[in-house]
Amino acid sequence: MEKTYRTRRGDLVPAVEGITLDIAENEFVTLVGPSGCGKSTLLKLVAGLTPVSGGTVRVRDTVVREPFPDVGIVFQHPVLLPWRTVLDNVLFAAEMLGLDPDDHRKRALELLELSGLAGFETRLPRELSGGMQQRVAICRALLPDPTLLLMDEPFGALDAMTREELGFELLRIWDARRKTILFVTHSIPEAILLADKVVVMTSRPGRVARVITIDLPRPRTVELEFDAKFKAYSDEVRGLIFASRRARADAR
Amino acid sequence: MRASVRSLSRSAVPAATLAGAIVVWELASRGLRIPKFIMPAPSEIAAEAWEWRYRFLGHTWVTLYETLGGFALSIVVAVPLATLIVYSPWMRRAIYPLIVLLQAVPKIAVAPVLLLVIGYGEFSKVIVAFLVAFFPIVVDTATGLAATPPELLELSRSYRASALKTFVKVRFPMALPFFFSGLKVAITLAVIGAVVGEFIGSDKGLGYVILSATSYWKTGLAFASMILLSVIAIVLFGAVCLVERLVCPWLAPAAEE
Ligand SMILES: Nc1ncnc2c1ncn2[C@@H]1O[C@H](COP(=O)(O)OP(=O)(O)OP(=O)(O)O)[C@@H](O)[C@H]1O
Ligand SMILES: [Mg+2]
Repeated sequence: MEKTYRTRRGDLVPAVEGITLDIAENEFVTLVGPSGCGKSTLLKLVAGLTPVSGGTVRVRDTVVREPFPDVGIVFQHPVLLPWRTVLDNVLFAAEMLGLDPDDHRKRALELLELSGLAGFETRLPRELSGGMQQRVAICRALLPDPTLLLMDEPFGALDAMTREELGFELLRIWDARRKTILFVTHSIPEAILLADKVVVMTSRPGRVARVITIDLPRPRTVELEFDAKFKAYSDEVRGLIFASRRARADAR
Repeated sequence: MRASVRSLSRSAVPAATLAGAIVVWELASRGLRIPKFIMPAPSEIAAEAWEWRYRFLGHTWVTLYETLGGFALSIVVAVPLATLIVYSPWMRRAIYPLIVLLQAVPKIAVAPVLLLVIGYGEFSKVIVAFLVAFFPIVVDTATGLAATPPELLELSRSYRASALKTFVKVRFPMALPFFFSGLKVAITLAVIGAVVGEFIGSDKGLGYVILSATSYWKTGLAFASMILLSVIAIVLFGAVCLVERLVCPWLAPAAEE
């Protein structure tokens, strides 16, 4: 598939081009690549938030032409509603989907408990740390139990320690209730540690450089980072990203 | 405890300064024998105001409801306008320049014509107050509605929520802080608008009292009206702040323990 944006001045910007990507059900796929290579665009295309300029996006054999309810989205910033309590922010998903929030209260509380937010249900977002707010945003995305979870640098605004913690938490939640996850990150170790598959993209226009299957045992642990295999994957990804950068520099 | 002492001393200092200024004014106007019609002493202003207290009540009421009428009308008109501006690019192009143009016309210059057309009753003052008050509400509300984080709008779209639902549950509440800062400017402008309307032509209201008192050299009454007008403006401003705090409690600074 491909996507061309038209800027305000009328110029055409090819954001992604010739992307072919197959993702199996319940797979954890991470997406890395230089800034501006179209990772966010790709997620928006999959979510049906922006139309493709060519090709098709299919989710479970249905062609995606508009947003569909079976998807959860997490952004780099939590974007919670500041006037709603933590619990009501999670229930926001049900309300907007036109479901009865009362039917989802139990699940919302379970999700909050699972993310270590028990006891914070009645707090306002501003009383929470950045990491806790992002946990709430993840609970909100998980509330309708979507089969597809799209995450755009969800831990990008957090410090390294919180980031690692949340990564493992996400793996735990995913383990308990499998779903397909498409996860954009700028951190190569994070991409490898979480994923079944790492998709490396190159920029302008964004293309898929390589899809690397990560053959590391699950459950993943911090120790894996010292594994020789981990290092090899890490070098491979880094090599691909640098190669694309060098190619661009040469082209100038 | 310590905080309350600090806030007390914070309001005590300006209060003492004000009291000092009044005392100096009183002593100066007695000592220098300034004629009463040029610069009455505070005690003389107070005495005249007290004599007029029942009549003042009526005039204050008139100015107050002209102000509030104009203010209410400006909210009723401004919010839908702001919504149209934000939601429809076509409306933005059609309406926005007109609003700016209207704002650029000096209201004081328009008021005489307006009174000529609508008449000299209280309604014309409501309209003048409305004309000066509605601009900041339109601009601020439109800015607030346009400032919704794009992620929240994408999220709403991905839930396939209707535009109305997104407006009610996300966009408008998100814009409330902007809306209220527009209201705060608008309420003080509405007081000015009502008084300007009364200046042009009326037989009621504090603006009318100021005009007729000065033409009879009753400067004390004019001063008393000015003070009453300031009190009205301050009280109304405070009321808007209070409503804001009640409607948006999440904006209050976090309590520290
Ligand atoms: N709405 C838009 N209109 C025009 N161009 C756009 C639009 N959104 C994105 N682009 C362009 O498309 C390209 C890809 O953008 P995208 O946001 O998908 O990159 P990204 O990989 O997510 O970058 P980052 O890692 O910095 O988040 C960029 O060149 C960008 O300028
Ligand atoms: Mg991005």
